[in-house]
Amino acid sequence: MNFFYLRRKFYNLLALTVSLLSAGFGIFFLFWILKDVITLGLPALNWAFFTELPVPPGAEGGGLAHAILGTIFVTVVATVIGVPSGILAGTYLSEYGRKSGTASVVRFLSDILVSAPSIVIGLFVYAILVKPLGGFSAIAGAVALSIIMLPVIVRTAEEVLKLVPDSTREAALALGAPHWKVTVHVVYRGAIRGITTGVLLAVARVSGETAPLLFTSFNNSFWNFNVAEPTATLTVTIFNYALGPYEDWHTKAWGAALIITATVLLVTIFARLLVTRRSPR
Amino acid sequence: MALLERHKADKIGDAVFRGVSYFFAISVVVLMLFIFAVLFKESLPAIKKFGLKFLVSSSWDPVRLEFGALPSVYGTIVSSIIAIVIAVPISLGIAIFLTEMAPKGFKGPIGTAIELLASIPSIIYGMWGLFVFAPFLSDHVEPWIIEYLGFIPIFNGAPLGIGMLPAGFILAIMIIPFISSVSRDVFQMVPPMLKESGYGVGATKWEVIRKVVIPYTRSGIIGAVILGLGRALGETMAVTFVIGNSHEISHALLDPATSISATLANEFTEAVDPLYLSSLVALGLILFVITFIVLVLAKFLIGGFSYKGGNL
Amino acid sequence: MKKVLLAVTLILLMAGGSFADTLINGAGATFPYPLYSKWAYEYAKKTGLKLNYQSIGSGGGIRQIKEKTVDFGASDAPLTAKELSEAGLFQFPMTIGGVVPVVNLKGISPGQIKLTPDLLADIFLGKINKWNDKRITELNAGAAMPDDKITVVHRSDGSGTTWIFTNYLDKVSKDWHDKAGFGTAVKWPAGVGGKGNEGVAAYVKRIKGSIGYIEYAYAVQNKLTHTKLQNRDKAFVDPSIESFGAAAASADWRNAPGFYVVLTDQPGKNSWPISGATFIIIHRQPEECGKAKIVLGFFDWAYRDGAEMAKSLDYVPIPKNVSEIMEEAWAREIKCKGQALWKR
Repeated sequence: MNFFYLRRKFYNLLALTVSLLSAGFGIFFLFWILKDVITLGLPALNWAFFTELPVPPGAEGGGLAHAILGTIFVTVVATVIGVPSGILAGTYLSEYGRKSGTASVVRFLSDILVSAPSIVIGLFVYAILVKPLGGFSAIAGAVALSIIMLPVIVRTAEEVLKLVPDSTREAALALGAPHWKVTVHVVYRGAIRGITTGVLLAVARVSGETAPLLFTSFNNSFWNFNVAEPTATLTVTIFNYALGPYEDWHTKAWGAALIITATVLLVTIFARLLVTRRSPR
Repeated sequence: MALLERHKADKIGDAVFRGVSYFFAISVVVLMLFIFAVLFKESLPAIKKFGLKFLVSSSWDPVRLEFGALPSVYGTIVSSIIAIVIAVPISLGIAIFLTEMAPKGFKGPIGTAIELLASIPSIIYGMWGLFVFAPFLSDHVEPWIIEYLGFIPIFNGAPLGIGMLPAGFILAIMIIPFISSVSRDVFQMVPPMLKESGYGVGATKWEVIRKVVIPYTRSGIIGAVILGLGRALGETMAVTFVIGNSHEISHALLDPATSISATLANEFTEAVDPLYLSSLVALGLILFVITFIVLVLAKFLIGGFSYKGGNL
Repeated sequence: MKKVLLAVTLILLMAGGSFADTLINGAGATFPYPLYSKWAYEYAKKTGLKLNYQSIGSGGGIRQIKEKTVDFGASDAPLTAKELSEAGLFQFPMTIGGVVPVVNLKGISPGQIKLTPDLLADIFLGKINKWNDKRITELNAGAAMPDDKITVVHRSDGSGTTWIFTNYLDKVSKDWHDKAGFGTAVKWPAGVGGKGNEGVAAYVKRIKGSIGYIEYAYAVQNKLTHTKLQNRDKAFVDPSIESFGAAAASADWRNAPGFYVVLTDQPGKNSWPISGATFIIIHRQPEECGKAKIVLGFFDWAYRDGAEMAKSLDYVPIPKNVSEIMEEAWAREIKCKGQALWKR
């Protein structure tokens, strides 16, 4: 009896120690990466980094202002394309389709599209936009990102719209308001915070994407405000600079890595704060 | 009369709104079919030329224009399996720690920190792998592996710090936050009643985890693992930096290899010949099909467990 | 919400239209990238005209100009006259450089090891796999060759560097010709692959007993150990601006169809055997004449005012007599709506 008890106690201790250690191991690596991004990235950041264009390789100084702007530019255009379409599709799932066959198919495919390899999306957009239009362009990059964004928005929009109780809809409908007005003025209003959260999370995710931009928005050494021209982005710049031969490039790549990581984390934290303020779980 | 007219306008408004939202919902389906169709059309020249041999041939010869997908497919699958083998126990450890062991004040912050790490862009993992982890491996870890484990064929090779094993490891680190936060969420869905009755009959914590929590959440965990696998299979940036880009299939895990996504990132803007290009798109199609199957599988397994853990 | 939408639409409209000033896009070879971006930077300062050159590799440069996704392509691997005429393209050289074998061997200094063409080919074929192989030690009696395994490092991506290097091996070794051939990417008989010149440099630095090939400027940048190589006149030479220039001296540009000139294995006592010119590729009948004119204007300026900048970055400028041949050809062959685009 005593022996069995001890053995069980021993296994318990062993198993818990193992999971503690593995947790420690995993967390250790993740923080190791964060630490390196911060310590290697900080020295690269100065005023010029945020305000100047890159100088030719080998020369000192210059910055990545064009890539910072490019990332914002491409992400904003992607958001303008992806968010309204995603919200409308989500609206269909939650307000009209609900349990219909169409709705289940859309749901199912959205869930799969969420995890589709992003480099394949890049190939797709190269084939339908870059080649026919005869050039790499910011808009091609934005379309690729919006395709990645779309299913995320569709699913979150549906989830948060469903959280609005049916009794609210019925109350508004009973007052004689048409369905679409109820959706826009009552349901959207009720779900606005949840939708914002979903949008922010999606924006955070796509702003860190590299693979779909390699063959679409490409790169540019200058400022670009034109959707039809190639544009630099922070992530593609990291890819090129990290594989480049110059020390200065590696430093700048770490700086860019720090900026993009910090931005993504801040947006994600902000998005989460929005949800927790609504419903303390 | 006015009321009737308003009624009519409302009806039109309703139809339009419904139609528009239906259009965008359907666009997801159309998009998916369109991606398949475009990839298929672009890979037709390669399919016509090589047929099914494309899948089993390991030749990748841009001079003689002979292409086979095997090395890339092999690398994609093996690096993902390595990632899963490393990541799953660690992720479950983290999930167990977070739900069953951590003191109350710790659970929230550590859980959130892990979820936040899941949002770090994958290129950061790849870059860190190349600049920090690869030199560390080749200086400190791999010489040791080769010296003491080198008699096992898979641990043979040169200490490059870059190759199949390092790529799998970086992938593992990348998917750990993902798998652990999903598993934590499913662990939390176990009704406290069940666990309490376990403790009530005198079971230890580990016995409750093993006999109650894990069986109860099995399909959810498997689903989380497969979702993680899906991410690993399709990942580009974390792999491309560290896998070594060699089209040779080697039994040794320390040797350089390649994956579908790494091949695409390396060679797509480079390929000149239409057949070369088409073979690359065909690789993309294969990757799309593999992940599609894996994700469908995950979806059916998670099925009952309606996962609401976020939008990862 | 409405205001935000309005603002965004406005921004998009502005972005699409009025702000668009002319941007010239070029892409291709990695090797001249530092030089082209230096030129583009100075040219933009001087004239306000922007040339966006991105290094994606020579293969990419050729394909992107064929698909017209860029205004000019750049390649270290020349196209043959047939390939050019089939695609309606035109090419001209912009600068000259060399490919250098680099090694990682303890106690060996740059230029200390001598290699013959045969040895180099057999090493890259994997036939010689130890540094103390008899054939190596016989040739290098003075150097203490270690008992290390040879690890070959090559490019993983398509590359003009690979084209020049394998073109050389193809010329000097029948075995190489039969087994691998030459191209921007080949099926390597041995070794590991690094992405870009930098990837190869990083591997060579890290792997003891490795040998790789790399563009000269990158070898200098990374302080790697180069080898001497025996040239066609049986002399052992070091890579340098002068020895690349010597290899280019005997080239007959005027009579080369499509300016297909390969500078590997050239005669001359001082010639570095793995030299090559790097080319710009444009359309013979460009659709956007305005842009094509800016492209030619830029390269005209680079021929005349860019030579000093090239030398300061370890590149060999194109000699004046050659650049004149090129500009004559521009005037003759580049047509816009039937009219010559370039007037001298």
